[in-house]
Amino acid sequence: MESYIVSNWVVGLLLAGGAGLAWLVRRSRMWSQAFRDIWRRRRLALGLVALYVVVALLDSVAWVGGVHPGEDAVAKHQARSVIDRFFADSQERSYSAPLAETEFYGGSALRKPGSHLLGTDLIGRDVLYLSLKGARVALLIGGLTSLLAIPLALLFGVPAGYFGGRLDDVVFFVMSTLASMPGLLLLIALIMVLGKSTLAICFALAITGWVGFCRVSRGETLKLRELEYVSAARALGVSEARILVRHIVPNLMHLVIITFVLMFSGLVLSEAILSWLGIGVDGSWGQMIDQARNELSRDPVVWWNVSAAGVALFGLILAVNFVGDALRDALDPRTAREAE
Amino acid sequence: MSRSPGEPLLQVEGLRTWFPIKRGLLQRTTGHVQAVTDVDLEIAPASTLALVGESGCGKTTVGRSILRLTPAQAGRVSFEGVDLMKLSEAKLRGYRRHIQIIFQDPMASLNPRMRVRDSVAEGMRSFGIGRDEADRTERVKALFGKVQLDPGHIWRYPHEFSGGQRQRICIARALAVEPRLIVCDEAVSALDVSIQAQILNLLSDLQRDLGIAYLFITHDLGVVRYLADRVAVMYLGRIVEAGTTEQIFSRPRHPYTRALLAAAPSMDPDIRGEAPPVVGDVPSPSDPPSGCPFHPRCPEAMEQCERELPPVRQDAEGRVVCFLDSVVAPGAAESADPTGGEEFA
Repeated sequence: MESYIVSNWVVGLLLAGGAGLAWLVRRSRMWSQAFRDIWRRRRLALGLVALYVVVALLDSVAWVGGVHPGEDAVAKHQARSVIDRFFADSQERSYSAPLAETEFYGGSALRKPGSHLLGTDLIGRDVLYLSLKGARVALLIGGLTSLLAIPLALLFGVPAGYFGGRLDDVVFFVMSTLASMPGLLLLIALIMVLGKSTLAICFALAITGWVGFCRVSRGETLKLRELEYVSAARALGVSEARILVRHIVPNLMHLVIITFVLMFSGLVLSEAILSWLGIGVDGSWGQMIDQARNELSRDPVVWWNVSAAGVALFGLILAVNFVGDALRDALDPRTAREAE
Repeated sequence: MSRSPGEPLLQVEGLRTWFPIKRGLLQRTTGHVQAVTDVDLEIAPASTLALVGESGCGKTTVGRSILRLTPAQAGRVSFEGVDLMKLSEAKLRGYRRHIQIIFQDPMASLNPRMRVRDSVAEGMRSFGIGRDEADRTERVKALFGKVQLDPGHIWRYPHEFSGGQRQRICIARALAVEPRLIVCDEAVSALDVSIQAQILNLLSDLQRDLGIAYLFITHDLGVVRYLADRVAVMYLGRIVEAGTTEQIFSRPRHPYTRALLAAAPSMDPDIRGEAPPVVGDVPSPSDPPSGCPFHPRCPEAMEQCERELPPVRQDAEGRVVCFLDSVVAPGAAESADPTGGEEFA
């Protein structure tokens, strides 16, 4: 199947999942209370995160054809997203400053003077367009990696904490071994082995990133398994598997959500570092910043490219962290009222 | 499957639960916390045995060991003649239905993420009680009626109930699998006095109606007097005296029992301050004193108490482990083996 069809399906599933989640949040008193709390305190951050998500989704819905009548054969068969189509006609020849009428070097006239809100880059691509496209990459890196790392951490951490003994020893050994290697070197090695695709990079980040949460979930499970409702369930003959699924994991969910948010912003930053080393994902903000190394040494300085990417990155991380902070306050039983 | 009429429902013999203390790089066992040592108990059907003692004396561990929630090192726990300690995990599951437990902290005894209907129905589900989920819902409603809760509240979450109500839910959860014995581990200690009385009345009503036996673990002697048929007094992991409630309260034989009764607040000035209060703290269960465990604090300790464990004296009144008593009535004492006799498990 063409990759853009997969991507369209993913968008559909995400929307359905989001609608389902919203329904669940509305139904649960605890979650709707938490949501109201966050909305009251952090509506700007929440709105900003939502904006990024919308941009990323718009960039993920793609279809073939229907751009201009006079295109070449290759372009005709290329799938283009909503964002691509919006900026289809924005190609220039080289650098131009934000809202400039002429090219930055040489001063020849632009094809569409004054229309590039954030200017254009070395090969004449609109910087606003590139920045918007970066949102999809960032959310993909952060989201997909967390979706790999968190279940992995729960899969090892929860049984290790609950059953203890040999299993715990083995899990702890694996965790300590992974944690003792320098993270960046391990990442580079993994990416060299797995290849440089987006998926491979997500996988590599997940391998290096699950240990922290595994340790947290193991510790929390150690605490939960001594609680009296777990003892009561054992006295009622409930199987170990069911105790894990019904009594332990649901009571780890607030940690899962907080970890997801914090891990997410950490991962987006890690990708920027990888791009700086030249092994990042194509089209990411990290890559735009990486290119700025040359641009900042030009005279006069080309500043809009790196600024746009930096602000986009900064905005996402800051907003996600604010939301995560509020979420933790809303979900932590110590700060929450009786709304447990 | 009840057998001869005089047979106890639950008989505990020589129960020993020691927790290893591991130290160092190789996690070598350097000692044990001797939580429970050579405990013998008997509970007749539809009766209440109270297990009393100070905090940290091992009462709770006895309860948990009987249910095998905490593994015991040695001893027999026979329920209707079957030794639960020797059963495989799978076989034990069938017996779990007959013995249930209610805990002290009603806030920690219910999963905050589960509707109380699901918490109560969980045991029914695991033992296949009830035809389907709808039938179980009806049963939960009936149980809510039985423990004097509003059956309309079964779909709520635990945080929507008060402490006393949660304790009723825990009782309903235990009753759901129709047990023969319920271990009540400090079941009313965390509640207000007025709520305590309601729960105690509920428990004794249930005993009358359903013929359930209780092992009532508590430090509150007022509760014991109200509810128990028999009492066992525990000190530092051992039973020091056991007898009928009437005997323990009116003619305590062990110095520790006397001290415990004297320490309990009383409304009657004549009862106050008869026995000298016990001084000092409970010794560490990881390094218990030689001989009688109570001798460092005993107002009547003799030289002999320091050297050897007193013999168990069993008579019509009950059982007491003290040299003092055997001096009073010599000859009747049987010898006690300080190592705990036969070892199982």
